[in-house]
Amino acid sequence: MPVANIQVSETPLVFYALRRADDALILGHRLSEWCGHAPMLEEDMALSNIALDLIGQARELYSYAAKAEGKDNDEDKLAYLRDVRQYRNLLLVEQPNGDFAQTLVRQFFYSAFADLYWRAMMTSRDATLAAIAAKSEKESAYHLRHASEWIIRLGDGTDESHRRAQAAIDHFWAFTGEMFAVDDGERALIHAGIAIDPGTLRGRWLTTLSDVTREATLTLPQNDWMQQGGRSGRHSEHLGHLLSELQSMQRTFPGQAW
Amino acid sequence: MVTVLDHDSELRRRAWDAAASVVDPEIPVLSIADLGVLRDVVLDGEHVEVAITPTYSGCPAMNMIALEIEIALERAGFRQPKVRTVLSPAWTTDWMSEEGREKLRAYGIAPPQASGSRRALFGEQAVVCPQCGSDKTELLSEFGSTSCKALWRCQTCREPFDYFKCH
Repeated sequence: MPVANIQVSETPLVFYALRRADDALILGHRLSEWCGHAPMLEEDMALSNIALDLIGQARELYSYAAKAEGKDNDEDKLAYLRDVRQYRNLLLVEQPNGDFAQTLVRQFFYSAFADLYWRAMMTSRDATLAAIAAKSEKESAYHLRHASEWIIRLGDGTDESHRRAQAAIDHFWAFTGEMFAVDDGERALIHAGIAIDPGTLRGRWLTTLSDVTREATLTLPQNDWMQQGGRSGRHSEHLGHLLSELQSMQRTFPGQAW
Repeated sequence: MVTVLDHDSELRRRAWDAAASVVDPEIPVLSIADLGVLRDVVLDGEHVEVAITPTYSGCPAMNMIALEIEIALERAGFRQPKVRTVLSPAWTTDWMSEEGREKLRAYGIAPPQASGSRRALFGEQAVVCPQCGSDKTELLSEFGSTSCKALWRCQTCREPFDYFKCH
């Protein structure tokens, strides 16, 4: 018998923490899919380690969302008992791993943002979010360095690696706009000093991307049409498949614990 | 009054020592006090609450450390001890004691560099081989056997070794 989805009272603050938690969990889950499959042992460990950091960040954020909501939800229920439409992650992070270049380009786009985002969030007036940010920014900086080195190696590598890296950049580009968008609920939190305006980070994000892609002999697309929807629960078909795996144990054996 | 205070501080010292006896399950030469993970021990009557700060967000050792603290305190005679996780201020490798760094080196792991600043995170790193002391070393992989370590190799003695990343 299927387990019912939980209901979440989505106040702006709960909503805000959930969105960031969902980003980290879904990207962490995607990276974990490489475990045992990466092209070399060092990368297998690297991607699994990054996944671990992201899932750790997700846990802190889910716990905080549950506390802010003040009902009987917890980190596990929020992760395992919400359906696709209740997930609020960026479309970018749910996209399939594709080849190694696609995984690293997706990671590069996200980490270049997360690095700036968490550093800015260290000034949040919300003590818990500021504390999570202080930890996450160091991890994100490390993830960014790892991804940047790979972008340069792939772009400035063989014809084949260059072609794949460029194709990945072109493929994911339209998913990057969502990182900088805000809605009314978030605007109120930004005004209160609890959240930061991600739009203010876009210039520096582009600088990071330009610097790295230039060295990698890759080019950034000029088109600026951007796909949105993840933040309001409208996802690509891929998220449902991902969740069916991520949630299968709790959906099959409700309340099962280690 | 003095004796009461003495009794309390003696009790607190016993609780601290018990908590500080817990070691990192991945690096058993380091106690959680060496690591800087153990932040505070608070006594309320006979009840004790221990505050710890996690190292990496996803470090799986933290759950085990919390459990072992509870066991260590119960063994020391404290009933229903509690472990509280404190996120702020965020843990940094700067909190690792000198003694802890020396223990790491002796164990074959290069200790983290002095500052967990962003400059150290991105700048040139000169990691000294914990085996032979040579500074001719190279990075093999930024990610190692646990979240907190990177894999390096010494070009002098050719031994690969773990480096505790500065954080």
